[in-house]
Amino acid sequence: MMYEVRDLRLSFPDMAHKPLIGAAPRLEVLKGLSFDVPKGAVLGIVGGSGSGKSTLGRAMLRLLEPTGGTISFDGTDITHMGEDQLRGMRKRFQMIFQDPMSSLNPRRRVGGIIAGPLRLQGLDGLTGRVDEALDMVGLPRGFAQRYPHELSGGQRQRVGIARAIALRPDFILADEIVSGLDVSSQAQVLNLLGELVRDLGLTLAFISHDLSVIRRLCDRVLVLHHGEVVEEGATAALFDAPQAAYTRELLGAIPLPDPHQTWG
Amino acid sequence: MRDARGEVKRPIGLRLWLSGGWLALLVLAALCAPLIAPNDPLMQDLFLGRMPPFWMDGAEPGFWLGTDSLGRDVLSRILYGARLALIVALVAGTLTCLVGATLGLIAGYYRGWPDRIISRFVDIWMAFPPVLFAILLIAVLGPGLMSIIIAIVVIDWTRFARVIRAEAMTQGAMDYVASAQVAGRTRFGTMLTEILPNVLPTIVALLTLEMGVAVIVEAILSFVNLSISTDSPTWGGMIAEGRTSVHQAWWVLVFPLITLFLTVLSFSQLGEGLKDRFDPVLR
Repeated sequence: MMYEVRDLRLSFPDMAHKPLIGAAPRLEVLKGLSFDVPKGAVLGIVGGSGSGKSTLGRAMLRLLEPTGGTISFDGTDITHMGEDQLRGMRKRFQMIFQDPMSSLNPRRRVGGIIAGPLRLQGLDGLTGRVDEALDMVGLPRGFAQRYPHELSGGQRQRVGIARAIALRPDFILADEIVSGLDVSSQAQVLNLLGELVRDLGLTLAFISHDLSVIRRLCDRVLVLHHGEVVEEGATAALFDAPQAAYTRELLGAIPLPDPHQTWG
Repeated sequence: MRDARGEVKRPIGLRLWLSGGWLALLVLAALCAPLIAPNDPLMQDLFLGRMPPFWMDGAEPGFWLGTDSLGRDVLSRILYGARLALIVALVAGTLTCLVGATLGLIAGYYRGWPDRIISRFVDIWMAFPPVLFAILLIAVLGPGLMSIIIAIVVIDWTRFARVIRAEAMTQGAMDYVASAQVAGRTRFGTMLTEILPNVLPTIVALLTLEMGVAVIVEAILSFVNLSISTDSPTWGGMIAEGRTSVHQAWWVLVFPLITLFLTVLSFSQLGEGLKDRFDPVLR
């Protein structure tokens, strides 16, 4: 298994309701999630706004420390691993962010953005690796000299993907990576991601609120609602025969080409 | 896939030319004061007291901007005064920036208890009236160049700390910071390599602003006679002296005042201009 997540809990101090004296109450965001991500799987994580899907993603990459339960990555328990220990593992799990403007440092050239993680992980032959990563995401090598603001949204997101795959990770988390793009860029980025996953043998977790995107890309789906898993299963089965009421509600919200047609 | 977006270069604006030009002139004046000053700035001659500037009737040749009530040459005193003004601007401005920006960066990026401590200090600090605080400090430290510099740093670091803290908080919430963490960069490394370059334009703008403020504070302290010894000419000292005889000899007050005004204005305009130049998005 790439990931084994057991009874994962995460809460933040709720500063909005902090009393004048004393500790702030805890806001439970993840309320005991359990699921597996098999190696080579493309897992879609779907849920409405506030369902905890981004928090779950950030906990899986240990950008956040869980307050309960366990996360193990390829057999290693990383739930409370310190940053020094994590550093050695970080090249194995990477992330592509939602907003490619905010996730690319505006002061760095594209080449520097892609090379940064490589240098940190002590890899050499940086120029060659940067060129190769740009090739793989279909950007001209000359883009290494550009600043992020000189690129279009779709191009920026390709840079984000290049940065993640340049490290040759085993696992990539994609957090709403097409929600900021126009429809044609969305399709291009999704096709690219699909190809890369196949060619590199990646395991992918794809967070989205858009079920039609998930249906196209993922072979398994995890449905989150209010910080809990309401349903998990193979994509085809879940779309054909949704078990949970919330899943049926989500499916009902997808616009269909023919108003007389129904799902399943 | 080539377009012109990367090719646009903005010309150096008039603002940068004018402010940079004035400051360059001032630096030159400070460096070469003994060579270019027409007279000894300390030489008194009561027979030459209150001579008007060169275009007015009764002007004395060689005293271009007139003389004060003790017969000292106003132009020479302004030139020599530039030395002190610039030393204070550079040293006090830079030190204030280092102290304030460092604390602001730590508070804004690390948050938690470092932020709580630094922010409380800033709050308390800002409750003191700054000029009174400065006068109090100089009274304790004794007058002198070092005391002025220390006073400026002690008073004004909060300006940097507050602004840089807010800026570092904004930048810290950006995904490129999270992405540096995903890549395995240390907290400290992220602060230096990701946050700092993005905060730098603000720091530069504040730094030049602070240099202007330092010149003003020095002038204020000279005005209340708490700067350096009364012998060495300072703009603030000249303004204070000129004030008493403004009806008989306005030039003693007006010329140092204009110089001070242009200098402070140039510093702030230089900062704004540099800030734009520093930003790759606007460049």
